[in-house]
Amino acid sequence: MNSFKPLRVGEAPLIKWSLITLAVFLGLLLLLLPLVSIFQQAFVGGWERYIGHLTQPDSLHAIGLTLMVAALTVPINLVFGIMLAWSVTRFEYPGRKLLITLIDIPFAVSPVVAGLLYLLLYGNSGWLGEWLYEHDLQIMFAWPGILLVTIFVTCPFVARELIPLMQQQGASEEEAAVILGASWWQLFRRVTLPNIKWALIYGVILTNARAVGEFGAVAVVSGNIRGETNTLPLHVQLLYEDYQAEAAFASASLLALIALVTLMLKAVVEWRQQRSLSANDNKEQSQL
Amino acid sequence: MSIRLTNISKKFGKFQALSPLDLDIQEGEMIGLLGPSGSGKTTLLRIIAGLEGADSGNIYFGDRDVTQVHVRERRVGFVFQNYALFRHMTVADNVAFGLEVMSKKQKPSAAEIRKRVTQLLEIVQLGHLAQRYPEQLSGGQKQRIALARALATQPEVLLLDEPFGALDAKVRKELRRWLRSLHEELKFTSVFVTHDQDEALELSDRVVVMSNGHIEQINTPAELYSHPNSRFVFDFLGNVNVFEASWQQKRWENGQAFLTPPEQQALQQDGVLYVRSHELSLSNKPNSQANLPFDIVAMTPIGAEVRLELAPHGWHSEELWEAKFTHHNLHELGLQKGSMVYATPRTGYFFGAQGESSPTRLSWPFLAPGSLAFDI
Amino acid sequence: MIFNNGRLRHKRVLPGFTISLGVSLLFVSLILLLPTTGLIMQTSSMSLSEYWGVITDPRVLASYRVTILSALAASLFNCFFGLLLAWVLVRYEFPGKRILDALVDLPFALPTAVAGITLATLYAENGQIGSVLAELGIKVAYTPLGIVVAMIFTSIPFVVRTVQPVLEELSHDEEEAGMTLGASDRAVFWRIILPSLWPALMVGTALSFTRSLGEFGAVIFIAGNMPYISEITSLMIFVRLQEFDFAGASAIASVVLMTSLLLLLLINLWQARYLRRIHGR
Repeated sequence: MNSFKPLRVGEAPLIKWSLITLAVFLGLLLLLLPLVSIFQQAFVGGWERYIGHLTQPDSLHAIGLTLMVAALTVPINLVFGIMLAWSVTRFEYPGRKLLITLIDIPFAVSPVVAGLLYLLLYGNSGWLGEWLYEHDLQIMFAWPGILLVTIFVTCPFVARELIPLMQQQGASEEEAAVILGASWWQLFRRVTLPNIKWALIYGVILTNARAVGEFGAVAVVSGNIRGETNTLPLHVQLLYEDYQAEAAFASASLLALIALVTLMLKAVVEWRQQRSLSANDNKEQSQL
Repeated sequence: MSIRLTNISKKFGKFQALSPLDLDIQEGEMIGLLGPSGSGKTTLLRIIAGLEGADSGNIYFGDRDVTQVHVRERRVGFVFQNYALFRHMTVADNVAFGLEVMSKKQKPSAAEIRKRVTQLLEIVQLGHLAQRYPEQLSGGQKQRIALARALATQPEVLLLDEPFGALDAKVRKELRRWLRSLHEELKFTSVFVTHDQDEALELSDRVVVMSNGHIEQINTPAELYSHPNSRFVFDFLGNVNVFEASWQQKRWENGQAFLTPPEQQALQQDGVLYVRSHELSLSNKPNSQANLPFDIVAMTPIGAEVRLELAPHGWHSEELWEAKFTHHNLHELGLQKGSMVYATPRTGYFFGAQGESSPTRLSWPFLAPGSLAFDI
Repeated sequence: MIFNNGRLRHKRVLPGFTISLGVSLLFVSLILLLPTTGLIMQTSSMSLSEYWGVITDPRVLASYRVTILSALAASLFNCFFGLLLAWVLVRYEFPGKRILDALVDLPFALPTAVAGITLATLYAENGQIGSVLAELGIKVAYTPLGIVVAMIFTSIPFVVRTVQPVLEELSHDEEEAGMTLGASDRAVFWRIILPSLWPALMVGTALSFTRSLGEFGAVIFIAGNMPYISEITSLMIFVRLQEFDFAGASAIASVVLMTSLLLLLLINLWQARYLRRIHGR
C-alpha cells in the first residue's frame, strides 16, 4: 500500500525537494564556488607559471616557516590538551569550571586582539619586552612571536574535543586498570588512549588547519618582513596587495589544498568514530 | 468503538514482521498483546494507530474503514513506550497540546481547554505538577501525564506501547490497578503491548499471544492459563517443567524415570509433557504411575511460598525442575536440601511428537481401567 | 561529587593529578593570562578622558556600527541558512549529501586570508558572481554588503554544527506523539520541532555573531576599508598599530575584548540554564 503517507514532517516530495534544491544551490554558491575559484585563479597562466610562482624564494621561505610553526604548535597543544582534559575530567578541585571556561577565550577573541596582546607584552614597549630587549632576545617581528600567537589561537581545539568525550566516558575503566595494577603509562597507553584516539586525531587536524592558516594574529606580530617573517597566509596578502593576483592565488591554492585534505581526514575520522560507536551499540544490544 | 483487522501483514525489507492476521476487538474491551520481542506486537499496535502502514489488509474502527486514514485523523490515544512527552513544554501544555492543535472550528475556548486540563490532571492525580517540566517528574508520573495527554482529545480507542516497561515493580503494580479502574470508568476500547505475562493476565479482558508475526492464541486470561493451545503459549506463560517422554511399552520413559499415561490411543507416542511448578506433588517413594526421582538442589522462600529447585536423578532434563509449596506443606513433608524425592504431576499437558499442536490435558493419579482403587 | 571532601583528603586513585593540573595552570597562565597584563598596563596608563576620547572617536564609532550591523545581518542570514542546511543534511537522502556535509566545514578549514581574496575576486564587478549582481545593480565587493558576505562565509559552520546534533537526537516519538494528537505537519514543526531546536539555533546564531564581530582576514580584502563606511573595528586596531599608536589600539582592543568575553559568558549562562530545564536538575 504505497499510498500510506510518510510520518515525518517535511517528507512531502514538494517540500522535500524544494528544500534540498535551495540548500544545494546556496551551498554551491556560497561554499563550493569560492573553493573552485581559488584553483581556477591559480592556474590561469598554466602549470609552468604556477610552479614558477611557488618556487620563488620568498614563497618557498613562507612555506617553510608555515610548516615549521605548525610542526611546533601541534605537539605543544596536543600535550597541553591532553593534560588539561585529564585534569578537568578525572579530578575534582575548586576552579575546575573556571579552567574550562578560560580555555574558550581564544575562540571568542578577535585574532587581531590576540596579536595585540602579545605585541604589547613582548614588544619593545611592553614590560617583558623591555627586559627581553636588554638581553637581546627578539620575539616580536620574528618567528617565536608567530609561534606564540599561533599556540594561543589554536590551544582550545584538542582540549575541546577531548573534554566532553572523557566526561561522558567517565573514569571507571581507568579506575579498574589502577586496581589491576597498571602503571600510569600502561594506563594511558592501553586504556585511555584507545578510547580517545579518534577525538584526539580530530583535534590535531583542526589545530593543524588553523595553525597553518592563521592570519589576523600573525599579521600583527610578524612585521611582514619578506623572506623572514612571512607565513604563507601573509605572503598571500602581500602578493594580492601588490596586484600579483595570480601569484597570490598560487600560494592560496596550497592553503586550500591543506584545507581540502583537512576536510577529507575529518570525514574519514568521523566515519571511523561513528563506526566504532555503532559497533559498541551493537555489542550492547546483543547483550540485552 | 470496536476495532476489526482483516488480513493485516507487514514486511520490513525481507523480515516478515506480521504474517496475514485477523483480529476483532469489541467495544470497551481491554486487549493485551503479549509476546517476546520481535513477535510483531508493537508493529501491530502501530498499524492500528496509523503510525505504520500495513502491506495488505484493512482496518475498521466500527463500520468505518480507516486503512487509508492518516494518523492525525484516526483520533486514537497513543501512549509511547518512553512516554515521548514534549520536553520543552510544561505538564499542562503537554496535556493541552491535542486540544490546542484542533482546527479552528473544533477547538475549544482557552477557558475550556484550561478546565479540561485541570480535570485530566485531577483524574491522573497530578494536579499539583501542572507547571513542572517533564524532566522534573518520576517515571510513574511521566507515565500518567502521557496517559492524560492521550485522553485529552477524548479518543474512543486508547493504544499503549509497553506502558509500564520502564517502571520498577512497585510503581508498575500500582499503575496497573489504576489503569484498570480508569478503563472501567471511562469505557474506552484499549489495546496494550507487553512482554510481561503477569501484566497481560491481570489487565486484559482478552489476551492475544503473538510469536514470529502471527497470533498464537486469543483468549481470556483464565482460559489461556488452563487451556494453552500450543507449546509456545505454554512456554511463554512461564515456569513450566518439561519431561521429554519416549514411548516404551505402556509408559513414557526417560532414563530411570517413567510416567504412565491414562490409556488413550493418542498418548501412545513420543512427546513432551509440560508440568507447572505448583502442580507437582512430592513424596519420599515412587508409585506405580509415576517415578520421577529428584535431588533437591535449593530451597528458596519467596513470599508465602517456598521454591524448590530439583535436579533429575538418573534421567535427563535440559533445565532443572521447579516446584512451589506453601511453607506449611513443606514443613509437613519434612524435606531438606540434598535429600531425594519423588514427584508426581497433578496436572500435565502432553504434546505428541506427531499429531496436532494442541495438547492433551492429563491428571494423576487416575483410576486405571479394571482397578477399584488408586494404586499408589 | 558527594565524595568531594573525602577525595581531597585521600590520595587520589588515578595518577597524574599534580602534573596534569600543573601543566594546565602553567600553560593557561603563560599563554592566556600573562598577555592580558600588557593590555591592562597599556590602557591603565591612559586617563579616563583620553580613553573615552579614543573609543568614541567618530571614525571608531562608525566602525562599531559597521561591524555590529554587518555581523547581525550575517548571523541572521546564517540562522536561516544554517537551519536549512542542518535540516536537509539530517532529514533527507540525496545525491551529493556527504559532499555538502563536508563542505560545511570548509570555512573552518580554509585560512581566512584565502577566503578573503577569493570572495573579493568572485564578488568584484568583473568577478563571476559580481558581474551577475552588477547587472542587477547590486554592488557587493568594497561595500558593507561585501563585509556581510565574508562574515556569512566564515561563520556558517557554527549554526549548522550546533543545530545538526540536536536535530539528529530529536526523538521521532515526539513527532509521532504530536501526530496521534491530531497536529498537522505545520503544527508539529512550529510547536514541537522548532521549540526543541530553538536553544541550539540561538546558541549557534550567537556564536556566529561573536565570530563575525571578530572576523578580520576574510573581511579586509572584500570590504574596501573606506573610513566611516566599510571599516571594521578589528581593522581600526590594526590601523592604530600601524600609526604606532599603541595606547589607541589597546583602548579599542579592550572594548572588543570585553564585548566578546561578555558575549561568551552570556552564551554559556544561557545554555546552562536551558540545559538544566531540559535535562532536569
